[in-house]
Amino acid sequence: MYKIDKLNELAKVVAEKRAANADLEPTRMTAEEKDALLAEFHPDYKDGEFTVLSAGVNKGDKVPTQLAELLQGSSRISASDVDLSAPDFDTDVLIIGGGGAGASAAIEADEAGVKAMIVTKLRIGDANTMMAEGGIQAADKPNDSPAIHFIDAFGGGHFAAKPELVNKLVTKAPEAIQWLNKLGVEFDKEEDGTMVTTHGGGTSRKRMHAAKDYSGAEIMRTLRDEVINRGIPVIDFTAAVEIILDENGKAAGAVLMNMETKELLVARAKTVIIATGGAGRLHYQGFPTSNHYGATADGLVLGYRVGASLLYADTLQYHPTGTGYPEQIFGALVTEKVRSLGAKLVNINGDVFMHPLETRDVTAASIIRECTARDKGIETNLGKAVWLDTPMIEYKHGEGTIEKRIPAMLRMFGKYGIDIRKEPILVYPTLHYQNGGLNINVDCSTDVENLYAAGEVAGGIHGRNRLMGNSLLDVIVFGRNAGMCAAEKAKGVNTPDKLTLNHIEKFNTELESAGVKNETASPMLLPHYARKK
Amino acid sequence: MENMLNIYLFGKKYQVPSGLTIMTAMEYAGYELVRGCGCRNGFCGACATIYRIKGESQLHGCLACQTEIEEGMYVATLPFFPLEKRVYEINEIKPDMQVMMQLYPEIYSCIGCNACTKACTQELNVMQYIAYAQRGEYEKCAEESFDCVMCGVCSSRCPAGISHPQVAMLARRLNGKYIAPECEHLADRVNEINEGIYDEKMAELMSKAVDSVQELKDMYNHRDIEK
Repeated sequence: MYKIDKLNELAKVVAEKRAANADLEPTRMTAEEKDALLAEFHPDYKDGEFTVLSAGVNKGDKVPTQLAELLQGSSRISASDVDLSAPDFDTDVLIIGGGGAGASAAIEADEAGVKAMIVTKLRIGDANTMMAEGGIQAADKPNDSPAIHFIDAFGGGHFAAKPELVNKLVTKAPEAIQWLNKLGVEFDKEEDGTMVTTHGGGTSRKRMHAAKDYSGAEIMRTLRDEVINRGIPVIDFTAAVEIILDENGKAAGAVLMNMETKELLVARAKTVIIATGGAGRLHYQGFPTSNHYGATADGLVLGYRVGASLLYADTLQYHPTGTGYPEQIFGALVTEKVRSLGAKLVNINGDVFMHPLETRDVTAASIIRECTARDKGIETNLGKAVWLDTPMIEYKHGEGTIEKRIPAMLRMFGKYGIDIRKEPILVYPTLHYQNGGLNINVDCSTDVENLYAAGEVAGGIHGRNRLMGNSLLDVIVFGRNAGMCAAEKAKGVNTPDKLTLNHIEKFNTELESAGVKNETASPMLLPHYARKK
Repeated sequence: MENMLNIYLFGKKYQVPSGLTIMTAMEYAGYELVRGCGCRNGFCGACATIYRIKGESQLHGCLACQTEIEEGMYVATLPFFPLEKRVYEINEIKPDMQVMMQLYPEIYSCIGCNACTKACTQELNVMQYIAYAQRGEYEKCAEESFDCVMCGVCSSRCPAGISHPQVAMLARRLNGKYIAPECEHLADRVNEINEGIYDEKMAELMSKAVDSVQELKDMYNHRDIEK
C-alpha cells in the first residue's frame, strides 16, 4: 500500500486495465519519430546545460556544465607537495579503481605474470558494477551471432561508436561469459545448462544473461574474491589525485591520497590503467542518480589534465526507470529486466503510451514527454512520474516469478510497504551512465603513452547511447583487455627514472591564459552531501 | 513544519526530519561520510549498521541506506567488520565436503543460536545456509545465500566466530563453476569465434560502418526482432 491515498486510487485504474494492456503489442517508433522525440525531450539536447571547454585537448567541445567545472578546476596538489624521487609503491601495472573493470584488469595482469596493484578511494567493489541488476549481453544462442549483436549495439548508439571497439565488445562477449562462469560466477540456467536469456531495450535477440537481479553484484563479488585469492595488493580508501608522467611525457604512476588521513603517497608504475567509472554523483541537470557514492568523474579529470582526449563526454544516459517514489529510494535503479519480463509503462489514465523496450534514451525521453508536454504523469511530493505495471509480470508468467527473477526489486520496495507483485510502481528517469569518456583505441590505450582506460570511464564503445547489458559486458571485455595490454606493454618498459608533475603547472597556465581557472578542487573524489548549517 | 524525530548517532542526540534513511539522516546531521557509504542502493554492504530503539531490548541489523529512521533510534554504524576470508586456488579445489572443512572448519562449531539469521540485513536464513555448507550441499547454500551483500552483521553476532558471508561466497563459486550444468551453446559459440567463422562478416560490418553508414542504418531499422 502507498502511504498516499491518492496513489492507491490511481493504482486501481492501472489494475482495471491490466488484462487489456497485457495483451497489447504496442508499435515501435520509426527512426524519424525517435529523432524528433529525442531532440525535443532528451536532456542531452538541452543547450543551456552544457559548457564549451576553454582549455585542454578538447578545447572547443561542449561537456555538461558540472563536468567542465571539474575538468577546468584546481589540482588538489602542487608538484612540490610530494617527493617523486622516493616512491611509496613500485609496481608494473597500476590500476586506479576497484570496480569490475579494475578487478578484471588486475586478474589478467597478474595472469600475465607482472606485478599489478589496485588503488581505490573506497573499497574494492564499491562501484557501479556492483549495482548492475539486469544482466550482461552475449550473442551465444543459435539464433544469434556477433554480427547481429554488432548491429544492435552500433545502431542503438546512433552509429557513432568506434566500429573496432564494438567489434571487440561483441566478438569477445561469449568468451567473457565463459571466463566469468569458470571463475564461479552463477548465471540463470535451465536444467540442461542452456542460459536463461531475455530482451533488453533495443536488442533484436534475447541475449541478456543474468544472475537474478543481482547480476553485477554476483560478478563483482566473485572478481573481488579472485583478486584477494591471487594476493593482488588492493590499497583501499586511497584516491589517485594526479597522474605522474616521466620526462618523455609517458604515464609513470600516480599521486595518491589517503581518504582518511589525507597523507599523500607516490606510486610509480610502468603502465597505468584508469578504471574509475562514471559520474552520476555530479547530478547533471539536477537529476537524481542510480550510481554509487564515488561516481564523480575522477578518471576523466586525471586523464584530461595529462592530455588524454575525451570522446562523447556530452552524452549521458538517463535510465528510464529510476524510482520516482518513495523519497528514501528516489532515483534508485529499477532494473530494465522488469520490462524484459513483461511489465509495461502506463500513464495516469492507465494507458500504455509506448513499447516498453525501445532503447534507453528513447524510453527516457518518452517518459519525460508523458510527464511534461502531454501532462499525463502522476504527481507526488517528489515531482511527476509514470507507472511501471509490475503485477503484469505475474499476470503473464504466474505467481512466484517476481521473487525468483527480481528479488532485489521486491525487497527494495517492500521495505516501504509497496508490494510490487500487487501494486504498480512509480518511475522517472535517473542519471545512470556516462556514454562517452576517455578516448581509447582497441588496446585500451589513450592518447598518452602507457596510460590505459577501461570500463565506464572510457568512451567510444557505445557511441551516443548504450544498450542494457552492454556495460557489464564492456567492463569485463575491456577490463581484461586493458589488463593484458598494459601488462604486455609493461614487460617492454624500464622502470621510469625521472618522474614529473610538470603538467599541473602547464595546465594551470593554459587555464589562466584562457581566463577560466576556478577554485573547485578536482578530482572531486566524493560528493558533498553533508548539510551546511 | 517538518515532523522532527530524535535519533542518537553513536549515542549523541540529533533532531532530524522524518522520512530520511539512517544514511541521509547522518548527512543531515552534518556528517561527511567516507566510510560506511558505498552504493547507497542496498547492494554493496558498506553501510552495515546496528540499532536499538530506546527502551526496547531487541538489537537490529540493517543497511543504513535502506532503513528509514524511527523515533528513539540508537545507531552505531559498522563500517568495517573483520571477516576472515581464506584464500584458495579456484581451479584446484573440488566441490566436496573436505574443502569447507579445510577452509572454514569453524562452521562446525555453530551452536544453533540463530543470532546470524535474526541480524541479517537482507532477511536471509543465514543459519540454514551454514547448515547446508556443513553438509556440503553447496547448491542449496548458494541459493539460500544468494542475496547476501557481505555486510558482516551476521558475523558480528556469532558466538562461534563464523564468517558467514565468506562461507557463502565459497559455496557460490563452487556451485557456479563445478555444480551448475555446463552451457553447451556457450562453448560452441566461443569455439566458432576462435575458429574465425565470423571474421569475414565482422570485417564487412566494420567497413560499412566507415564507408556506407546508410546501409547499416537500413539494416538496423529493418532488422527482424525476436518475439
